[in-house]
Amino acid sequence: MMEQDWIWGLVGGGLIGLGGAVFLLGNGRVMGASGLLGGLVDGSGRSNWAERAVFILAVVLTPVILMPLYDMTIDTKLTDNWAVIVAAGLLVGIGSRLANGCTSGHGVCGISRLSMRGIVATVFYILAGGLTIALFRHVWGVI
Amino acid sequence: MRLILSALAGALFGAGLFVSGMTDTTKVQGWLDVFGNWDPTLAFVMGGAIVPMFIAWRLMRRQAAPLSGGSFPAPPAPQIDHRLVIGSVIFGMGWGLAGLCPGPALASLSYGGIGGLVFFAAMLVGMLAAPWVGVQLDRAAAAT
Repeated sequence: MMEQDWIWGLVGGGLIGLGGAVFLLGNGRVMGASGLLGGLVDGSGRSNWAERAVFILAVVLTPVILMPLYDMTIDTKLTDNWAVIVAAGLLVGIGSRLANGCTSGHGVCGISRLSMRGIVATVFYILAGGLTIALFRHVWGVI
Repeated sequence: MRLILSALAGALFGAGLFVSGMTDTTKVQGWLDVFGNWDPTLAFVMGGAIVPMFIAWRLMRRQAAPLSGGSFPAPPAPQIDHRLVIGSVIFGMGWGLAGLCPGPALASLSYGGIGGLVFFAAMLVGMLAAPWVGVQLDRAAAAT
């Protein structure tokens, strides 16, 4: 890790938290990416679909606007193993909707609210993620 | 008003995910990889995000209603059920496998290439399948 990585991490984290604060104090809503997106996909968020769509569009488009300001190449460095990509996408979609939240909803908004559900969810997905990396990278050498 | 605030929140969220490096899957996997070359960045992002959000929850108590009207979210449900725990484990497995979760998957959609689009499509399919999986889980839980 370069020294500036944690500074940008802190700055970026602050922006994420600020976004959550605007969503809560402005619209009275918990900012969770999986819930906002999932409600659009399965129709459960039909009553406030415009808010969800505008939020999601802003998340997708803001990096496009910021990219020219960056002098380094931006790359997600995602694996090129298609089976892993599809399996991971399915698991993330199923799991985040079953648990009713992901890193933003349970992690950022739940923990800061001292919500027991948010804390429990975060502990379990971090443990599962760590164990998955340990097994698939260090034991089986797949990723 | 609501739409402008939604756009502002989404822009802050997207900008934060972008500049923090959280759309770089090796950083997320690097944080989860305690047996490898551990990367602490994600902890700084989480910490940086939780502080303003913690203040926001406090401010909420002093505010009668959201700026654009309506009401604040109800207090969180206290119960820890099988859907929360098993769902989080399933989500964590996918998160570890690819190093992407829903927020960064959205933020990197414009530059994540075909891989990012395929992940996103699979995630949407997973979201559609989740209610069915939930019913199967409920049945299994009721049987035990």
